[in-house]
Amino acid sequence: MPQILVQDLAKTYRVAERDPGVLGALRGLMRPRWRTVDALQGVSFSLERGELLGFIGPNGAGKSTTIKILSGILRPDGGRVEVDGLVPWRDRVRHVGRIGVVFGQRTQLWWDLPVADGFDLLRDIYRVDPIRYRKTRDELVAMLRLEKLLDQPVRQLSLGQRMRAEIAAAMLHEPAILFLDEPTIGLDAPSKLAVREFVKRLNRETGVTVLLTTHDMHDIEALAERVIVIGHGRVLADSPFEALRANVLAERRLFVDFAGDAPDLALPGVTVRSREGRSLELAFDPRAIGAPALIAAITAGHAVEDIHVEQPAIEEVIARFYDLHGAAEA
Amino acid sequence: MTDFARPYLSAFSARFLLVLQYRAAAFAGFVTQAWFGGVKSMVYAAFYASGAGAAPITLSQTITYTWLAQALLALLPWAPDPDIVASVRTGGVAYDRLRPIDAYALWYVRALGWMLARAIPRALMMAAFAAVFLPLIGLSDWAWKGPANAVQGALCLISTALALLLSASMVMLTNILVAATLNGRGLQILTMPLVTLFSGNLVPLALFPDWARTAMLIQPFAGVFDIPCRIYFGGLTGVMAWTGMGLQLVWSIVLIWLGHLWLERVMRKLEVQGG
Repeated sequence: MPQILVQDLAKTYRVAERDPGVLGALRGLMRPRWRTVDALQGVSFSLERGELLGFIGPNGAGKSTTIKILSGILRPDGGRVEVDGLVPWRDRVRHVGRIGVVFGQRTQLWWDLPVADGFDLLRDIYRVDPIRYRKTRDELVAMLRLEKLLDQPVRQLSLGQRMRAEIAAAMLHEPAILFLDEPTIGLDAPSKLAVREFVKRLNRETGVTVLLTTHDMHDIEALAERVIVIGHGRVLADSPFEALRANVLAERRLFVDFAGDAPDLALPGVTVRSREGRSLELAFDPRAIGAPALIAAITAGHAVEDIHVEQPAIEEVIARFYDLHGAAEA
Repeated sequence: MTDFARPYLSAFSARFLLVLQYRAAAFAGFVTQAWFGGVKSMVYAAFYASGAGAAPITLSQTITYTWLAQALLALLPWAPDPDIVASVRTGGVAYDRLRPIDAYALWYVRALGWMLARAIPRALMMAAFAAVFLPLIGLSDWAWKGPANAVQGALCLISTALALLLSASMVMLTNILVAATLNGRGLQILTMPLVTLFSGNLVPLALFPDWARTAMLIQPFAGVFDIPCRIYFGGLTGVMAWTGMGLQLVWSIVLIWLGHLWLERVMRKLEVQGG
């Protein structure tokens, strides 16, 4: 029995539309016009205890809507959801006591309270046993390196510090599932690395199931063993990330600097992506010709100064994938 | 039981202690209200001097009424809770839907903590100024005078506590309106005249014409200021005083019940902004 079961989830929003300008505003007052937006149309997946799942997709694809339904904030228009045997929106109070949620763009700690006081408040709100709380809190503080921040009001923290405090805040009541909605948004590179490392450790050491959404492909690459790609309210792919990469964009890149001018190469299964003076960028399919064979073929006929192989950037893989499915935001 | 109340006690005291620290704001509020209290008192004095012989209450009582009104200004339901307005605007309100407790009760105790922490320092400073300092410098005529007797004073304290419960239930209605419309602006244009007039903050409700008097006493805003005041001056004594407090309690329960139903509906429909 999976911990999270989602079947045929559907959600439609009603959006008010109005023509621009004063006249449009007046007309909107007299006769509001509504447009329906299908945010989710038949999303299904399941998740086992202790998994770490990444949700990606263009803006407006339905990632956040899915998280909001799974956490009990929104009620879907159709489909079935069970989380540990509970229906989130129907058994909301029992359900929310067992999950932790972080919205990267919002704060759950009180802005003016010192971090430690905010934690204590959450202890009481979740009615956590004080002795147990002290142990959990100390572990989280150590893991997320929050010792020096505990006395500071939340409003004085940097975004990276705040996000660490937010993640700790979501874990104080020892939830079985942690939902992270864009936890690295707006963070600088070291903070992103730190957040990724913490999420991984939390997942490994506490066994908490993690479901995270992100736009940052490096989050996915670093964190998730399994990726669900959402577009237009549907699941477009559900597989390990490496499998996704292999299926969508198997090609590799070979960068060669020649001793003289770059020659015209005509090798089967290889295309020239760019040529600049003495440098060439080649694309090849490793299933047709292996990298060693290709390098051997080139170095046999030409003097080469430098050579290296790259995988296409993860952004490129995803962009290609969105293109294939026509999923990029309209 | 204690475990049931723990989230709410904790949220109340966190907010209360936080707002209590804003000493500069409290002092500025006191200075403003003392200034306007003085102006209002002088206007009343001029009015009485010009021959308001048939006035139903004396000038001294009117002045005391004015100081009471100035002292308890922060207890009136002027505006939604700024924390709630901010969290609706930023979408942080979604987190209130993610707590395993009653969202109405959580907001209510926060509003209670906020209002009480604002009211206490302002009321104490006003009392020190108008009831102690003014007589000391020989301005007893302009001072805040004591209650009708000790019993009325004690009953007035209870009634003031009830006024806070009632007022917080009204603040909650404005909070929920903000959550429902996602917009807190302009609301005070609506609440200011309502509260000023119907709470008795401007003119004691007893001074309204006969045909309006009963209705003015029964309507809910009377409970946030006028009823405690009448008890203070001995206008409501014994059974009548308890009836007045009963009215405050009944209105509190009705408005809390309504607000609870309404917030539940609003929360269910809430579409968290953005993302």
